[in-house]
Amino acid sequence: MRNIFAVAGVVIKELYRRKDFYVLFILTVLICLVMASVNIFNDKQIVRYLKELCLLLIWISSLVIAITTTARQIPAEREQRTLLPLLAKPLTRTQLIFGKFLGCWLACGLVLICFYIFFGALAASREHAWPLLNYFQAAFLHWIALGVVVALALFGSLVFAAPSSNSTICFVIVTTILTVGRYLDAVALAQAEPFRSVIYTVYFAIPHLEIPFEMRNLIVHDWPLIGWGFYGLDILYLLAYAAAFLVAACLVFRRKPVN
Amino acid sequence: MSVILKTEKLRVEFSSRELRQATKVALTGLDLAVNAGEVFGFLGPNGAGKTTTMNVLLGFVPPTSGAAYLFGIDVRQPIARQRIGYLPEMIYYYKFLTAEELLRFYAKIFGLPRSETDRRIDQLLKLVELEHARKRPIKSYSKGMQQRVGLAQALINNPDLLILDEPTSGLDPLGRMKVREIIQRLKNEGKTVFFSSHELGEVETICDRVAIIHQGELKTVGSVNAIMESYPTLEKAFLNIIGYQPQTAP
Repeated sequence: MRNIFAVAGVVIKELYRRKDFYVLFILTVLICLVMASVNIFNDKQIVRYLKELCLLLIWISSLVIAITTTARQIPAEREQRTLLPLLAKPLTRTQLIFGKFLGCWLACGLVLICFYIFFGALAASREHAWPLLNYFQAAFLHWIALGVVVALALFGSLVFAAPSSNSTICFVIVTTILTVGRYLDAVALAQAEPFRSVIYTVYFAIPHLEIPFEMRNLIVHDWPLIGWGFYGLDILYLLAYAAAFLVAACLVFRRKPVN
Repeated sequence: MSVILKTEKLRVEFSSRELRQATKVALTGLDLAVNAGEVFGFLGPNGAGKTTTMNVLLGFVPPTSGAAYLFGIDVRQPIARQRIGYLPEMIYYYKFLTAEELLRFYAKIFGLPRSETDRRIDQLLKLVELEHARKRPIKSYSKGMQQRVGLAQALINNPDLLILDEPTSGLDPLGRMKVREIIQRLKNEGKTVFFSSHELGEVETICDRVAIIHQGELKTVGSVNAIMESYPTLEKAFLNIIGYQPQTAP
């Protein structure tokens, strides 16, 4: 574990010393503050739109940070040749993969804390309420979902040659899952064989990130908390996918030449 | 004298993924033995198999046949690398870290306690003359400074064996001299240094023994004096051993 934490520590340092996070955070803050300063049609429920927009920006920003940070980790180590002295030390390739994953995932967690504190402050300034448990449910599941995205991007970084192609493919996959993933079973029903089976297979194979994504509604519309049992099951479901991508990444990395 | 680094009939082949491409033989039955406390120069033209040998020793490339040992342990076991330091050729360290943070990171991988880490970092930054720049990000370092921080990272675990891949490549004369001085100091401390270089002058100055490899085959191994016995310079000896024929003008 010592080696994994050492590698993760470097990834976290990289995140807070690069400008990516600050740019996205400041952009989100600026857009939300501008939106908060106007009240279109004098709508008393305008705060809901504001919260919805803020959460959407938080999701986009977190996905950008998770994918771009993760996608460049192993390729940068190869390109700058830092992989060589690293693996010449008593550090296994599996530890390196787990360290990179943990670092990116924890970095995403820190990013989410900043974003959700801002969101809470913005919402509280209008609604004068702090539904902390709702925020916790949404933010924590969001973080778990980012674990799947990070593991997917890490696996992609070992399969695809360039970080840019990996980032693009990851964005397309994740966006497709978030937007149409839940409708695939309905699409499959309308198809004839063998397309029906193919689409059903895809439907059951992809990691469904829609529940964490739809948790936005929990805090936008002040819905009651979701059951902790169901919540725990969804966490286990997402962690199983993250673990599967990580195992695949380790297997690919073990066979990869170092230089 | 105990043998620290040993290869036995080491053979490495790289099979091409492309059709009709022949398998490339990088090493053909290499037998080497490096004794404790000596500075061993590993020479050969580009593509001779020097880096491949180092890659096998470091566990990056599995041998096709034969075996390699560090401290008597098969190099395929990570524990074999606990007592070595390695400096690769042309490396660009994490530019967002400072030299001190970089060394602390590598020290953590070796599991050094904090007090020992602090002591080693102070000692190494003094050795490589980077004390003044210890808090500066590596991105602001010159090539020579980067190479010296590389040497410091290779020494963080106080290794008994140092493997250096062309440590002076790309450095100006001053940078080369500083790296050479450091190797000399390490030799005086009793460390074993195994390094590849194209700078035959520096090999002549600091090496106890050298091996010359060409097209994956060991051509000769022995003390610098023994190899230079019938040649005026090491360069002449090297060129003759690898079979270089100077072309005469028509």
